[in-house]
Amino acid sequence: MKLDEKKPVEAEQQIANPAKADSQIDTEEIEAISPWKDSLKQLRKNRFALVGLIIILFFIILGIVAPLLTSYTYEEQDLVNRLQPPSSEHWMGTDDLGRDIFTRVAYGARVSLQVGFFAVTGALVFGTLLGIIAGYFGRWVDMIISRIFDILLAFPSILLAIAIVAILGASLQNALIAIAIINIPIFGRLVRSKVISLREEEYIMAARAQGMKNGRIILHHILPNSIAPIIVQSTLGFGTAILEAAALGFLGLGAQPPTPEWGQMLASSREFIQLAPWTLIMPGLSIMLVVLGFNLIGDGLRDALDPKMKN
Amino acid sequence: MKCMQKPILEVNGLKKYFDIKGGPLGRKVGEVKAVDDVSFTVMEGEILGIVGESGCGKSTTGKSILRLIEPTEGEVLFEDKDITHVNGEQMRQLRKDMQIIFQDPYASLNPRHTVEKIVGEPLLVHGMKSAEQRKERVRELLEVVGLSAYHATRYPHQFSGGQRQRIGIARALANNPKLIICDEPVSALDVSIQSQILNLMEELRNQFNLTYIFIAHDLSVVKHISDRIGVMYLGRMVELTDRDRLYGDPKHPYTQALLSAVPLPDPDLQKERIILKGDVPSPANPPSGCAFHTRCPHAMDICRQVRPEFKPVEDNHFVACHLYD
Repeated sequence: MKLDEKKPVEAEQQIANPAKADSQIDTEEIEAISPWKDSLKQLRKNRFALVGLIIILFFIILGIVAPLLTSYTYEEQDLVNRLQPPSSEHWMGTDDLGRDIFTRVAYGARVSLQVGFFAVTGALVFGTLLGIIAGYFGRWVDMIISRIFDILLAFPSILLAIAIVAILGASLQNALIAIAIINIPIFGRLVRSKVISLREEEYIMAARAQGMKNGRIILHHILPNSIAPIIVQSTLGFGTAILEAAALGFLGLGAQPPTPEWGQMLASSREFIQLAPWTLIMPGLSIMLVVLGFNLIGDGLRDALDPKMKN
Repeated sequence: MKCMQKPILEVNGLKKYFDIKGGPLGRKVGEVKAVDDVSFTVMEGEILGIVGESGCGKSTTGKSILRLIEPTEGEVLFEDKDITHVNGEQMRQLRKDMQIIFQDPYASLNPRHTVEKIVGEPLLVHGMKSAEQRKERVRELLEVVGLSAYHATRYPHQFSGGQRQRIGIARALANNPKLIICDEPVSALDVSIQSQILNLMEELRNQFNLTYIFIAHDLSVVKHISDRIGVMYLGRMVELTDRDRLYGDPKHPYTQALLSAVPLPDPDLQKERIILKGDVPSPANPPSGCAFHTRCPHAMDICRQVRPEFKPVEDNHFVACHLYD
């Protein structure tokens, strides 16, 4: 390159309209494509994610319209019609107290989705907050927060949940709190590692060079760029939380009778597995489907949001 | 060359040592002397080029001046005010006047922001609260750097490297800075785009009366744009003088070797190359005395023991070499 000898005439001309020089086709009509829109487009193409979405929507609607679908209530006992097989009267049969299983499964969708939602939200908020603080400020702050995460992760999660419920007392609400707590370090570590890698990005240094304050850098630059893995983890966490709630319910530490919680339904009818298998199959299948649905969406989201997957 | 009245920036004894942590407890086991006692002055309106091979501390010097990397020692005077010890808020205010253009136009723009937000954000944080006014100014800036107003709604991934660098320049210009540190602004670009960006930067300098510190490893780029040029080796400034004098009459043996490596455009022309032996020593363990003595063809005994002072050998020609004592 011999720039100094004589400035190339071409370059001089290009200066007049450099936008044109950089790319040949460039008109006002080109639409702005935001990275979010792009990801949504990717997601729409994903069949599995669509199946997951349909499953979840099915359960959400089932939960909402439950009272319209059945003439029974979930706690109504009918001791004459105990352990009835599925029939036109009882679509999914009745359990050992003569309660309509379809009604209980439908109302159970409400409970499970609520548990998933609140547990994930709680874990998400506190985990993200702690993760950002640890990742952005580093040093001893990171040291303390990370060690707390390590301690929480050192216990098997269900054991820790049992311990927390044992302290707080057995109820659905406490089970929910316990599940939120055991999920905090999962979100926290995820966010922390993402923030640490983002902190080294040149555009974060650029933001500091512009004179932005820490709060603004975190809210406008770090958070939007670390939200993708958080969304994926939330969806996957939704499934896990429901599973954990079911496990606690099964152990009698979650929802208390007569709340129609799927895990607790499994526990109370496991003695009848040979006599009346439908009492287990329906709630079990529901748990499986909901968790599957969330995992499918989560996987789809991960593919759509991960820039490395883009071709 | 422009008339140079007063210094806008003075760097005195700037040092940046990075700790090397090791062992199970992460104790400090050494330090990398990325920038080791660098001093120079930048005059208002000039373009000061800084060259050196990779890892010689050019970028660290630039970022330490802006305190994007906190310097270990030394002082930086911007318009006669020591900025190395001002607090966070004062530094934040000073950033209006001192800006930086980054090397990698792909990494230095937030991928989730539109161009309007990228260029408008520095305006917002320095007090331009009205969205309407910002929009207006962003459009104006885009035109200034050779983009179009309608580009404002797009995202960085929709632009080419050269266009992205223009966005980076527009962002740096947003608050009418006085000094811009250009950290290898063209080395990530195609050669054909490089000249466009360089010409744009020169134009902007004349238009807005800017001062540049232009960091690069490409000697022809630096020669093209700079008024004065400093040569760095292993964290130290070895020579600093006018562009023409540096290329015409290099004093320091390292500068001589560096310049002899510039390829000539004519393949028939033979020129004497000074081939340096060995590798650049590690900045974690720099040689005693003059850092260059391990590879210098003229090394003397004194070079191994005493670090040469960086001092003028002629008017406005600084060299750190014992040959000129």
